[in-house]
Amino acid sequence: MRLGSVLTGATMARALGKGGRLSLLMFGLAVLAMAGGQPVQAGPIGPQLPKAIKGEKCVTPTPDIRRNHMRYLDHHRDKTVHEGIRTKKFSLKGCIECHALKDENGNFLTVKDPRHFCRVCHDYAAVKLDCFDCHASRPDVKKKQALIVPKDRVEDRSEMAALQRYLAGKMHVKGGTQ
Amino acid sequence: MTTFNIVDFVNGGASPSDFSQYHSCGQGQCGCRKSADGDDAQEPRVRADRIPLPADMPDDARRAFLKGAAAMVGVTLAPGVTLFAFGSDEAEAAVKPKPADQPVSDKNRWGLLIDVSKCEDGCDKCITACSKENGWTLGGNPKTDAQWIRKVTVRNPKTKATATLPLMCQHCKYPPCVDVCPTGASFRRADGIVLVDKHICIGCRYCMMACPYKARSFIHEPLEDQKEYAPRGIGTVESCTMCVHRVDEGRQPACVEACPAEKGKAMLFGDLNDPNSEISKRIAKFRTTEIRADLGLDLGVRYQNL
Amino acid sequence: MHRIHYRQLAAESTGFWGLLGGLAAIVALGLGSAYYMEHNGHIVTGMTNQIVWGMPHVFAIFLILGASGVLNVASMASVFNKTVYKPLARLSGLLAITMLVAGLGVLVLDLGRPDRLIVAMTTYNFKSIFAWNIFLYTGFLAIVGAYLFVQMDRKAGFLTKPVGWVAFIWRLALTTGTGSIFGWLVARQAYDAAVMAPLFIAMSLSIGLAVFLIVLILTYQWTERPLGDGLVNRLGRLLGIFIAVVLYFVAVKHLTNLYAAEHAGVEQFILWDGGIYTNLFWLGFVVLGSLLPMAILFSDGGKTKYGVLLAAGLVIIGALSELYVIIIGGQAYPLILFPGMEVTSSFYDGGINDYSPSIWEIGLGLGGVAFSMLLAVIAMAALRFLPEDLSDEALGLES
Repeated sequence: MRLGSVLTGATMARALGKGGRLSLLMFGLAVLAMAGGQPVQAGPIGPQLPKAIKGEKCVTPTPDIRRNHMRYLDHHRDKTVHEGIRTKKFSLKGCIECHALKDENGNFLTVKDPRHFCRVCHDYAAVKLDCFDCHASRPDVKKKQALIVPKDRVEDRSEMAALQRYLAGKMHVKGGTQ
Repeated sequence: MTTFNIVDFVNGGASPSDFSQYHSCGQGQCGCRKSADGDDAQEPRVRADRIPLPADMPDDARRAFLKGAAAMVGVTLAPGVTLFAFGSDEAEAAVKPKPADQPVSDKNRWGLLIDVSKCEDGCDKCITACSKENGWTLGGNPKTDAQWIRKVTVRNPKTKATATLPLMCQHCKYPPCVDVCPTGASFRRADGIVLVDKHICIGCRYCMMACPYKARSFIHEPLEDQKEYAPRGIGTVESCTMCVHRVDEGRQPACVEACPAEKGKAMLFGDLNDPNSEISKRIAKFRTTEIRADLGLDLGVRYQNL
Repeated sequence: MHRIHYRQLAAESTGFWGLLGGLAAIVALGLGSAYYMEHNGHIVTGMTNQIVWGMPHVFAIFLILGASGVLNVASMASVFNKTVYKPLARLSGLLAITMLVAGLGVLVLDLGRPDRLIVAMTTYNFKSIFAWNIFLYTGFLAIVGAYLFVQMDRKAGFLTKPVGWVAFIWRLALTTGTGSIFGWLVARQAYDAAVMAPLFIAMSLSIGLAVFLIVLILTYQWTERPLGDGLVNRLGRLLGIFIAVVLYFVAVKHLTNLYAAEHAGVEQFILWDGGIYTNLFWLGFVVLGSLLPMAILFSDGGKTKYGVLLAAGLVIIGALSELYVIIIGGQAYPLILFPGMEVTSSFYDGGINDYSPSIWEIGLGLGGVAFSMLLAVIAMAALRFLPEDLSDEALGLES
């Protein structure tokens, strides 16, 4: 177990207080009992982002783009739509081109698939994705290489599974895989 | 496919001076002068290695391009010589592409001139091209499916004379759709192209009530697999964008490109603000009509021989 | 005049809860319809790219017009010093608020992107009459809220008159705005007329008073509170005058259009061979919705509550018919692209557009009407809106 997770777990427990800690323990035991004694799948609790298909770095440092991508996109969209500024740096098209993924059959994933790059985080955070009501969620060009994501890559995102992972002590630390 | 890219790119610049803007140097740093007004006092030298290439262009394509560009320079340096030799039999070069990081300006006003006498009854090449380019299709619900451009048949009930013409957003200078839009989603770009900002369109459809040309469609159903350069989605209103994504790259709209050239194209695209553009010359020379000119909207689409 | 005592509705009887439950059920139906429409897109409605505003707009504009018109009863008391109507002012203000809220609700739920309401509230194009209306509507709610407060507060009563004036002017502006939504549509043959604004003001007066009378008579009937025939008769005759005013503006609108040869086509369509629209105009609006109620109201029928109730109901049928003719009939008639020419295309240019409302659109509209009544009933049970006694003696009227 990594230090970060210990600390976070401890901080959480402290915040909950004695009674809280006890009830959390009871609840955890109950969950484990419900799981039927099956071994809990070990894995990080946070979203597992697939690697981009090209380039080593995103257009801004990863923590920044994770926190601010919606602002960059909003700003860029206004510039593009109203002023015709079509630089690539913060264009949604650019995001899609680098982060396109393919399924086993070699087809680009659309946002309908839970393995789609954007959905991985947005599903986890339960934030509605509005972009792809209008925008294409996969690149036009068919030839581009892309990471193939096997079907079983879809994680069990239910609260219960998350809680099980948490209780198994596999706290997600920082960043996850890029 | 890669060669195609090159052809498109090269054809984007028609006149020699157009290439001045591709200098990556600052004003005068490399001894040349930017001739924004297009005078040929000093012929700019084009340095092929400074021509910005798409970042995602594969290396072999990049080499091929540079080779081609080097050959091309000789051609372009002779004033008046255009680049038709370089690919498509039809000259695609109509406009000067602006740099991607510069905003559009009101120096240009993009417009279309449609010669109705050359528009053949039964020909729908402009419509299929628009549909293919922008990803709208006429499916099973003709009443609710979007139509960005349509062929209209006009018949004089007295003389029985008929004419057929393509009708799309007329890109008014004073667009009623822009006036009525409560959120400002309907707007007119500085270069005269009337667009819908679908990010702030709430789908009230007041613009459709206001448009005299029935140019707009409302998206009645969820869509998927839109074209990446032509986003369109449920609950918003859309219309002809004059292929704004092409215009910004210096290409002409898909309909104009597709209009058959055998008997002379019926459609012409160009800058109404530039007195030397083909479209301005023709509008100055021939009598042209605006549909519902009585409304005084100053249209970007003009019709000839109507 | 006696001292007027106001009392809440007693929220005890099964009748009260039954009414509340019934209204809530219709509201739920409306919300369900809206959800279904939003989930599937407008493809499930009768709306098309030709008829872009459908049944929800008929109901929404009915409610919005009614909201500004129903306030007239209060204005008569505080602006025009007709003190006999003062006891009715609270109900008048209440219905103004609930009808406007419900009308806006219907309008918003019919948007292509109702989830972007926040955009409509934060991003404005001030050249759009629609954008002005957003301010006129929200302002109206605030002003009428203040108007109710100064009427109901013990100490603020002296402000009733100035606030009443502001509300009166504001409501005229509001209905002018609503009418101008159509009046300023330069492109459409059926609209593009300055008379749309006064026509809508006249319609708001008749719709508002009709709704007010129905609510008043039924509420006093069900709660067994005294309601004077003299009062109802007075309001009924006023309703008759409002109907005549509406007829006048409608006549001016059509006669002006008939005089201009360029509008002959659309007038022939609405008045003569427009099928459903012609029927709704002549039978629904003129005969059932105007002449018949006027005959009732200006005869002995107007001296009884039931006669007035019937006339008010007919006015509402007439108003809905006329709004249907204006809103949908106006779009059914094609845009004139080439005057004097015959035009055809794959996009239904040059032809009459057909429209048949879906149950979802009607459900949403009825849900809106029920919502306005539901809010009003709840408010009447919670606060003192209704006088205990509206008999002619209590009001000092000679019956």
